[in-house]
Amino acid sequence: MSIFEYQFMQNAILTAFLGGVACSSIGVFVVLMHMPFIGVCMSHAAFAGALLGLWLGFNPLIGAFVLSLLAAAIVGPLADRGELSPETSVGVIFSLMLGLAFLFMGLMPGTKSGALELLWGSILTNTRSDVILLAVVAVLVVGLIVVFYKEIQATVFHRDMALSVGIPATAILYGILFLTGATITATLRSVGGILIFSLILNPAAAAYQLTYSMKKTFLLAAGFGVLSGWMGLLFSYLFNIPSGATIVVTSSVIFLLAAVFSPKRRVKRWQANTTAEAGSD
Amino acid sequence: MSEAVIDIKNAVVSYREDVALRGVSLKVKVGEFVGVIGANGAGKTTLLTVVNGLGKLLSGQVKVLGHQLSPGNGHSLRKKVGYVAQVQNIDPRMPMNVREVVMIGRYGLLGLMVRPKKHDWEVVDEMLELVGMSHLARRPIGHLSGGEQQRVAIARCLAQEPAIFLLDEPTASLDWKAQADILELVRAIHETRSLTTLFVTHDLSCLPVACGRVVLMKEGRIWGEGAPGELLTEENLGRLYDMPVSEVKKRRTQNILA
Repeated sequence: MSIFEYQFMQNAILTAFLGGVACSSIGVFVVLMHMPFIGVCMSHAAFAGALLGLWLGFNPLIGAFVLSLLAAAIVGPLADRGELSPETSVGVIFSLMLGLAFLFMGLMPGTKSGALELLWGSILTNTRSDVILLAVVAVLVVGLIVVFYKEIQATVFHRDMALSVGIPATAILYGILFLTGATITATLRSVGGILIFSLILNPAAAAYQLTYSMKKTFLLAAGFGVLSGWMGLLFSYLFNIPSGATIVVTSSVIFLLAAVFSPKRRVKRWQANTTAEAGSD
Repeated sequence: MSEAVIDIKNAVVSYREDVALRGVSLKVKVGEFVGVIGANGAGKTTLLTVVNGLGKLLSGQVKVLGHQLSPGNGHSLRKKVGYVAQVQNIDPRMPMNVREVVMIGRYGLLGLMVRPKKHDWEVVDEMLELVGMSHLARRPIGHLSGGEQQRVAIARCLAQEPAIFLLDEPTASLDWKAQADILELVRAIHETRSLTTLFVTHDLSCLPVACGRVVLMKEGRIWGEGAPGELLTEENLGRLYDMPVSEVKKRRTQNILA
């Protein structure tokens, strides 16, 4: 019997595909809007929320979704109004969420295996209902990007400019944050709370190095996301190591290669030279 | 007398503890070119945000193009008001080209979920031609110089087919040549299209000759209003910038480009 005939492997392959597409599409927003700090806070908040659910006995995914949106609702406006620098938000919320996560884990009675699964992620134990949830989220993410592409394009380019031409850029931003929360929640069990943000950021950051077209950035990011998921899954299966870690390491290697071979590095060098010349005038 | 397209009465705007506008009243007629001058923090930019419905009024009334503005209803108005800000710090890796950025100007007009059509791209190309940027239409936006970026911003604004043109220090941080080019472009656009224009600057040498009326702002209030020749005297400038008249005279004569 081929390994692909087992349902757990079919689920894992589908999860890697859907999670790769959803996470890396969200990642394009994170990269273009320069808001990794919000993403980091949201993903760790989701982890803490899921553990809260496990501890108090309600669905961990509901806890993850609510707490990640709560983190976005707190950090987003504070950073937006300039009351808190992005670095400070990350410092405070990130450590608070990790602290809460470990607190909930400590308070949890009995075995901690469920909690550890949320920490490291386990794509090979995903059920069909996990896959269905992820499929719904992935279709929602891709569908909304296609339908509202021009509004999204304007908002991620420059939010104030988008507002000034009559685009509801604030609603678009909140929509993006909502989708980020939904994607993190749906992928949490597969990749793990600590590592999930890398799957969001790395494929999109790699795509950003390679093209000056926003459409291609989305497509390349999705491709890199799926590739990271499938390659990570393969390594996880072959070497019997945690899948979250192999997925994240693969996505990091893809980013590294994209950064090394990026045609945009020439621009950076050209700018550095121009600045140096101006400085020596 | 033609109708006022902008009618602001006793506008008060504050950002947390700071009061940015303290009871400002201003009327602007169709086709007028009004320059708004004042030191940094005088409330000039806030005045523009009140006109395009982005400023949050604490009290007072604002009527623009017949719309009475109230919190949350500026959305449809902004489609008719073009806004050019100062040179923006754009990431050189930003995956958008010049033509796509100019198209953003039409997105509000098109409405949600409507894709740009051939006509929209024709308008974009026409505006790029007008500002002399057709040759850079496919260039990534982050690769342009400050002056080129401001031309693109003006083209984006015109692609919006606005009834009012707001310019918020569009020449700040540009070199002298780029400043002169932008000022000439703004003058030419006003002359050929008779667009109602509000031009904000803190730099007196950056006021286009097309400017028919000047509004002086200080500490959130309108401090003086009138024709540039009458209002921009050394005595007035001394009081506006809290500087002795002798110092204003000295600085104006020292500036060889003035």
